[in-house]
Order: sequence, then structure tokens, then C-alpha cells
Amino acid sequence: MTSALTPLLWYRRLMGLALVLLLACVFATSALAADPEAEIKQAIGGASQETWQDIGSTDDYIDTRADSTYNLINASGETWRQIRNDWVSPAGAIAILGMLVVLAVFYMIFGKKTLDEPRTGRLMLRWTALERALHWTMATLFILLALTGLNLLFGKFIFRPLFGDGFWAPMIAGTKFVHNYLGPLFAVVLIIVLAKWLSINLPKKHDLTWFKQGGGIINKQHPPAGFANGGEKAWYWILASVGLVAVVTGLVMDFPIFGQSRDTMQWMNVFHAVASLGLMAVSLGHIYIGTLGMEGAFEAMKTGYVDETWAKEHHNIWYEEVMNKADTAPQKKAVDDGTAKAHRPN
Amino acid sequence: MTKMKFVCDAERCIECNGCVTACKNANETDWGIQRRRLVTIDDGQPTEVSISVACMHCDDAPCMAVCPTDCFYKTDDGIVLHDKDLCIGCGYCLYACPFGAPQFPKQSAFGERGKMDKCTYCAGGPADTKEEEYEKYGANRIAEGKLPLCAEMCATKALMAGPTDALTDIFRERMEKRGQSLAAWEPMQDDQSSETAATLNLDRMAYDASRQA
Repeated sequence: MTSALTPLLWYRRLMGLALVLLLACVFATSALAADPEAEIKQAIGGASQETWQDIGSTDDYIDTRADSTYNLINASGETWRQIRNDWVSPAGAIAILGMLVVLAVFYMIFGKKTLDEPRTGRLMLRWTALERALHWTMATLFILLALTGLNLLFGKFIFRPLFGDGFWAPMIAGTKFVHNYLGPLFAVVLIIVLAKWLSINLPKKHDLTWFKQGGGIINKQHPPAGFANGGEKAWYWILASVGLVAVVTGLVMDFPIFGQSRDTMQWMNVFHAVASLGLMAVSLGHIYIGTLGMEGAFEAMKTGYVDETWAKEHHNIWYEEVMNKADTAPQKKAVDDGTAKAHRPN
Repeated sequence: MTKMKFVCDAERCIECNGCVTACKNANETDWGIQRRRLVTIDDGQPTEVSISVACMHCDDAPCMAVCPTDCFYKTDDGIVLHDKDLCIGCGYCLYACPFGAPQFPKQSAFGERGKMDKCTYCAGGPADTKEEEYEKYGANRIAEGKLPLCAEMCATKALMAGPTDALTDIFRERMEKRGQSLAAWEPMQDDQSSETAATLNLDRMAYDASRQA
């Protein structure tokens, strides 16, 4: 009995359900067919025009990405790109290549600055073994950082087309590795050197005279100079200012784990590039005087000793200070056993 | 050849994060890497609006311009891809990117960045085998004739991917149906290259649509 009734019951129920669905569809359709004009009038406006215009600088946003501090638009990215690519890179190339040209022309015109008087053969200890070690450590690190830094900026225009990806990939990866790991080491050495040579680089009145006479580079004069002349002091203070800027900005970029923002790193990169490229250009002048430009300069940093005549001509005040003290008079001995004390002003 | 673009209709985005999940799933990205993100402006206010953003495959891509290794390249479809074998993880592309697209897995000591990862428009990247490509860059749906999964999965079709002209047509139709004025929007003339003009048209239309809500 019941088995005969069941299909009928199911049929009725299904019909009822179909009717409900049909009615629902009719109502829904009429709701959807509402006048769009009326809908727009009822709708709550979205973000205002001002909101969209300030989208790059607003703090009123949330981002679904974990730990993200990036708003919708990174407005300063394009500015950074233009500063770096259109100004810093070309200016750096011009500064460095220009300095090379200036030095080459200078050398061709004036040649090496030789001593006026013959050497006496009596030597004065100018740089101790420790100081020379510090100097050459810093110099090596500086040159490595400069070359890798230049490769990061300009390498892709030269080495990739020249040697292909198989060479370029490990080269540039190694470049970044060397640059990022030697950078902090350079920072440590630079600070030690700056501390060690602070006392001999304090500005004195006679340094002004030195600069007024252009260091005697061109007019063959010998302006007054203590242990360090005006030029050496200038190089010291450039390293103490610009050098520290390069170091600090480099460290900020090197360890991106302290929540530095993207904007911070953009500026750090610009300052780092400007400071470093400037240092490279000036360092070429330093390297020139230390090698080709002046007789006796390289042997001073190689052996530690300078000839009495060299000291008298280039560092007259230092020479007199040394001569006035009986126990520091120049010796005929050039062996530095590491115990000798450098002649330093009091 | 036409250029492929993303466009997100802010009027339609319901902040469901389906695109983010679809992307993560399609590309099996590393832990902590999320190629697509949702930015919500005026959160919790009546004017709240959300937009889905990833690499927008710029015509004049800043990442390409600043990369020290020159590891980026552009496909014929206008998709910006990069070679992870050349990437050194310097982070410059992130400094320059307008959309915060590049991300770096943290793999080494001192917070040194790993190789950059970003949206590939589901177009993979340079690799010797398919397996290597998937491992490094994720899916290559473009090679299979499919669009990026984020856009395909978008429930409200707020996020769209496709040729610039097609997206422009869809957007224009939507604006008309919503009763939004197209008066403020005038198509760029072909004073630039037609491809650039097409992209600018789409950008400006999306902007006009958003501010007239």
C-alpha cells in the first residue's frame, strides 16, 4: 500500500519545490533588473580622488602579505632609478675617467717631482711596520671594493656582452659576495686608521699657506708642512667624512634585517654611490702622488723610511722638530726591526 | 604582437584573496613568498576599496633598468621575466619597483637575500627542462595557452589578464553599464608607439573608473 502512495507523494513534493524555485527566480530577476541610475545614487562612494592621488604616501592601508610595509605604489622608486641611472652613474664615470685624463696630462707636462738636493743617505723612520700594515690592508680592501663596486654599476655593459652569461653569472655573484663581506672589514680598518692618524692630521695654521701655494705642485715651491702636509690632511679628512658616509650607508644596505624601509635603502644607495665614486676619483690622485708623481713617496710607505733631504724639502717643520731632539736624529740605518719609534711631532 | 597585462577593477574586488591563494598554489612558491598581494585602502570605512597587485609587467620596467646583472628580459608578449641563474639578490629591483613585486627568500646568514622571486605572469622562466622551470619559477601556463591562474580564478572577475586591447574593451563596457562617465577618459592618440598608447589607455581608464565610484 504505502509503496503505491510514495511515488505520488514525491511527485507532489517536487512540484511544490519547483514552484517555489520559479517564484524565487522571478523575484530575483525583478530585483536585479533595477534601474542602474537609481543604484548608483544609492551606492556609497568608493575611495575618493584624493585617496587615489595620495596612494603612494598614505599610511591608511593594509596588505595581505606577511610583514609587508609596502603601500600600493612605491612612488620614490622611479625617482631613485632616475637619480641612479641618469645622474650618479654618468657623473661617476666622468669623475673617474676625467681624473685619469687629468693625471695623465699632468704627468706628461710636469713629470715626476724629483728632489732638488741630492740624498744624504741618512734615513728617518716615517711609518712604523704597524702603520704600513694598516695602510696596505686598507688600500687592498679599498681597491677590491672599488673594483667590485664599479662592476656592480657598470659591469653589465662590458663583461656580459664580452664574455656571455656563463662567465658573467659567477663573476657578478662573486662581485656581490666580495663587496658585501669585505665592506664591514673595510669599515673596521678605516676606523682604526682614522683613530691612529688623528693626532698628526689636526689642522694647523701653516696648512693654509700650503694650500695657498697649491702644495707647491706646479710652481716647484716647497710650502711649509709638518709631519703631514695640507694635501695629506685633506685626504685624511675626506676619508673621515666621505669615507665614513660610504661605510655607514654601505652597512645599512648590507644587513637588511633591522627593518630598514625601502625608501631608506634607496637614499643609502645614492649616498653610497656618490661618496664611493667621489672617493675613487680622489684616491686616483693619492695613488698618483704615491707612485708616479713624487720621488721617495712610495718607498716611504714601502720601507717606512725617508731620506733626510726628502724630509727637509717636503716636511720642513717635521724635519726641524726631529733635528731639535738629539735622540731622534736621522741614522744611516734602514733596517726596521719593528721596535723603532717613528719620529712624530709632540 | 599584442601585449599581455593585468588590470584590477577596484569596483569589483571583494578582498577574498582567491588570487593570492591561486597564485601560491599554481606556482608552489617558497615559504614566505607571496607573489600577489591585496592592498586595502580606508579599511573598515564606507570608502574602503581593495586592489590586487603583483608584477604589472611594465612597458618601461624600472627593475630591468637598475639590475646590476641585467638578469631581466621581456618576452614577445610583453611579460617581464628574470633569470635566477644571474640574480645575485642585491635588492635593487625592489627599490625601484612601483608595486613591491620582487621578494627575496631569506636563505643565508646576515639576512643576505636569496634569489629574487616575482610574478611571472604564469610564464615560467629560462631553464633547461620543464621540471627545472617549475622548480625555479613555477607554472608556465602561457606555454599551455592559458592565462595566469590568479585572473582565471577571480570569482568577481575584478582581476583580469589578457591582451591590452581586449581588457580595454571589457573595461569600457563595464563603465558604460555602471553608468560611469567616459567623458574624462579620452583615448591616447598614437603619438607614442601604439603598444604604449594601448597600455596608457587601459591605465587611465582603470583610474577613471576607480575615482568615479
